[in-house]
Amino acid sequence: MINLIEEKFSQGGSFLHRLDPRVKIIVIIVFSVVVAVTNRYKSLSFALLFAIVLIIMAKLRIREIIFRLVVVNSFIFLLWLILPFTLSGIIIYSMGSLNISLEGINYAFLITLKSNTIVLASLALLSTSPIFNLVHALSHLRFPDKLIHLFFFTYRYIQTIHSEYIRLNNALKIRSFKAQTNFHTYRTYAYLVGIMLIRSYDRSQRVYNAMLCRGFKGKFWILNHFSFKRSDLISGIIMVSWIIGLVLYP
Amino acid sequence: MREKKEALIKINDLFFAYPGQDYLFKNFNFLFFKGEKIGLIGPNGSGKTTLFHLIMGLLFPTRGKMEIFGKERKTERDFTEVRERIGLVFQDPDDQLFSPTVAEDIIFGPLNLRKSQPEAKKILKETLETLGLSGFEDRITYNLSYGEKRLVSLATVWAMQPEVLLLDEPTTWLDDETIVKIIQILKRNSDLSYIIISHDKYFLKETTGSIYLLDRGKIKEL
Repeated sequence: MINLIEEKFSQGGSFLHRLDPRVKIIVIIVFSVVVAVTNRYKSLSFALLFAIVLIIMAKLRIREIIFRLVVVNSFIFLLWLILPFTLSGIIIYSMGSLNISLEGINYAFLITLKSNTIVLASLALLSTSPIFNLVHALSHLRFPDKLIHLFFFTYRYIQTIHSEYIRLNNALKIRSFKAQTNFHTYRTYAYLVGIMLIRSYDRSQRVYNAMLCRGFKGKFWILNHFSFKRSDLISGIIMVSWIIGLVLYP
Repeated sequence: MREKKEALIKINDLFFAYPGQDYLFKNFNFLFFKGEKIGLIGPNGSGKTTLFHLIMGLLFPTRGKMEIFGKERKTERDFTEVRERIGLVFQDPDDQLFSPTVAEDIIFGPLNLRKSQPEAKKILKETLETLGLSGFEDRITYNLSYGEKRLVSLATVWAMQPEVLLLDEPTTWLDDETIVKIIQILKRNSDLSYIIISHDKYFLKETTGSIYLLDRGKIKEL
């Protein structure tokens, strides 16, 4: 079976791979909040440095990281198309009726910097743990059960829905369906999406029933527990204090 | 002989219809005793799976009385106990398995039955041994072959040590070897009570004592 979500980064022997996922989750939450609310370039550039150091420590493949950054930045590119022209402020360049404002550029640049910083840090911290360890870590950290279930089942059933899609797509193929720009194709794809929605709804009902039959009362159980090591504590403290330093640094 | 035994499932004068459809069950009566091993056959759409879902409280009858383990079962809450003591294995294993690994899926039930972690792990080991699945603990459930998924589905219910097993088409699309394996498992545990829906006459002959036909809302022993 094709693995839709490959978790390419989750296997590895680096220090960050071995770090307790609970520490990683706490660090990334604190870090993201701090980066999101800070507007000083000095703090932000130290935050970016922090993220880059983490990436180097995680020993991830640079090509893959660049690929993921391209995905993120393609969304941010849309902001660059809009923000410089729409925010009012000091006008630095005029093109006919369009004015480019300094504030707009400044704002777009801040968003670019912050998003890339947060994405880099998340890549280094979160993608270096298998997703199921993250789920377990979240429940150890007493996150609301509902959120955890949502996260977990989304992951679990993307896989199933994807194989459902492949089955249906094969059903189209064996009856010589070829995608073209015509009404027949649009209608076929609409049917395909429709039946996938219905089937996944049905399946979720059946899975829920199966869980009820096995005595599910809204709680999942954890089989493997993490062991919290001294090195986890120390690295957690170091990382969080760097982040707090970002805020306090004048 | 039968009267002396304890009736586990007693259905009296039951009516059931899916929304917007004709009655599937009308004045339906059914008795199931402890220690019985019965096969349930009937044409497609005759309500075999529906009967299982009614027994498990996944569907509720329009009218009628259901007594399971000596108590009347009407509400969702009544069925909590039923689900702890009756194990239903679904037809499609993808409906049943949802945990990342085989081990986690199997201990899900026992832990819901308030077993401790060490107990659950012991049950896990025993279940895997009984079903010939030792070494499967860390396999990823969605990467198993179809036959393996079917056996693991059975294991997830087996681990709850139910008093009654309801098996919905346990042999469809399985190879002879796996079918023989299931027959042996059922034969080896002769104190089980179970109802098996199947079209596989050989399988039913090997595993059950009597066969019931469900057709047009009526059930009768063959």
